[in-house]
Amino acid sequence: MNNLVILPVLIPFFTGALLILFSKKQRIQKIISSISSFVILAVAIYLAVYVYQNGITVLEVGDWPAPFGIVLVADMFANIMVILSAIVGVVCLFFTFQTISPKREKYYFYPFYFFLLTGVNGAFLTGDLFNLFVFFEVMLIASYVLIVHGGTKYQLRESFKYVIINVFSSMLFLVAVAYIYSITGTLNMAHLSERVAELEQAGALNVVAVLFFIVFAIKGALFPLYFWLPRSYYGPPAAIAALFGGLLTKVGVYAIIRTFTLIFYHDAGFTHKGIITAIAGFTMLLGVLGAVSQFNFKRILSYHIISQVGYMVMGLGVYTTLAVAGAIYYIVHHIIVKSALFLFAGATEKITGTNDLKQMGGLLKTHPYLAWMFFITALSLAGIPPLSGFFSKFPIILSSFQEEQYVIGGVALLVGLLTLLSMMKIFSYVFWGKQKHTEEQAKYPAGKLLLPIVPLVALTIILGLAAEPIFSYSLMAAEQIMDPTHYIDSVLKE
Amino acid sequence: MEILISIIIGVLFTVGTYMLLMRSLLRVVIGTMFLSHGAHLLLLTMAGLQRGGPPLLGFDAEAYADPLPQAMVLTAIVISFGVTSLILVLAYRTYKVHKTDDLNQLRGSKDE
Repeated sequence: MNNLVILPVLIPFFTGALLILFSKKQRIQKIISSISSFVILAVAIYLAVYVYQNGITVLEVGDWPAPFGIVLVADMFANIMVILSAIVGVVCLFFTFQTISPKREKYYFYPFYFFLLTGVNGAFLTGDLFNLFVFFEVMLIASYVLIVHGGTKYQLRESFKYVIINVFSSMLFLVAVAYIYSITGTLNMAHLSERVAELEQAGALNVVAVLFFIVFAIKGALFPLYFWLPRSYYGPPAAIAALFGGLLTKVGVYAIIRTFTLIFYHDAGFTHKGIITAIAGFTMLLGVLGAVSQFNFKRILSYHIISQVGYMVMGLGVYTTLAVAGAIYYIVHHIIVKSALFLFAGATEKITGTNDLKQMGGLLKTHPYLAWMFFITALSLAGIPPLSGFFSKFPIILSSFQEEQYVIGGVALLVGLLTLLSMMKIFSYVFWGKQKHTEEQAKYPAGKLLLPIVPLVALTIILGLAAEPIFSYSLMAAEQIMDPTHYIDSVLKE
Repeated sequence: MEILISIIIGVLFTVGTYMLLMRSLLRVVIGTMFLSHGAHLLLLTMAGLQRGGPPLLGFDAEAYADPLPQAMVLTAIVISFGVTSLILVLAYRTYKVHKTDDLNQLRGSKDE
């Protein structure tokens, strides 16, 4: 039964391999990939139910016992992430069907799409630091291909920088792995957690902790290492930008939360309340200031990713169960809403042919459904009740005040206000005002474009209205990761 | 021996960083190669450079070597090999399309 844990990694992998064989036959590709993406979603949900009923589920690959063999661990937090990646996977795939040009389709777009999901799911489920590196690489190599896919001038120029910064951070990851292996002699995360607890995390171990933080901060786009994000996410087509914006940076955040609750949690005054909180504050503030200064739909959204990664990391920095639960809920909310917003950017680009806010206007009249759905999502991002954004920001900010960290709480509130400002800027430029697109464009039927986004918009409303059960679920997940003994006991079976 | 290798790693990292900061696309790629070599050597050295037999059942030896860092470094080498070939192609395509390999001229549009 434990073999269930590896399925979210294996299914996309074999789908990707299969799709290579049919690379020139678009119909078959579409059929296989849509079936497979729904299967992944079903498996992810089934796994979540299984873990909810039976506790943390561990797969020891090849039946080698835990500290020696490779383990895959599905706890509640990892499970939430797998479900989310499956949801975004389905939605972006169907949006891709509507928007992608046939030329791109023929050049191995779908195989790499599924390899990306392989890496993402693997990174969520692995229980071994070196395998985390390997799955990161699987994910990144697929993302290198997808981000440059199509090979426009802009994409080539910015992708090169994206690749170099990620290669550099992978190299740092390897260095950090080398150091921690030389100190503790193990790479199994549960085993590491025990050994680090024995060594009391001082001196060299703190250096390694910060090194890991830097590595994941580059991948997760935290201050001051976020400069690569807005430019490189601007290039690829909207479906890919949505997938990247929703998922990729969150893998970095996931890794930060995992390592800093499971392994490096002993010196919380220095790492969590000191470094992580300060960096979270700067990330939020500078990210949102970047968004306010921009006049380009996709760029504004990219800068918002940065500011919101700050919120999640702030939840970890405050480091109470409530705050971490808030961070988990925030990740859920963010992945859904951010993917939806990028898809809206793609839909408006498809209709008007531009991303520049100043060249758009009056879409409210010609495409009212698009406009109002965007409005709901934008309000949700800014944190207006009763949408999901409010219930994700509330526990984080509340617990920061409870912990008497007033500065970071204040920054978070201010950033919420600025987020609202920049989202309303988009709304007023794109949807209000005089119609700037041609009559022909006004008649463009948006229904097909909107269909894949509807589930995401519905989810953000549901997450808001039914916040109670989902929040108690993330509270349980937070309790599970705040007490590493659960994780250690189920992996090492002591 | 560890100290000697550590010095070599230091040199590799220095050269790699220097190359990474240069303006030519190809040199940047070579820089990442130096850096990943340094990281691989570091992984091997940090685990301790041991002499000993392979840790197999029924194999008698006075000491056994730790197989894990070797397995890891092998994986890492394969990964960096793949990534390097990808970057080389990417650099070549960028050069073909933009007709320059000077990163200063690849900065982006003027208003940024």
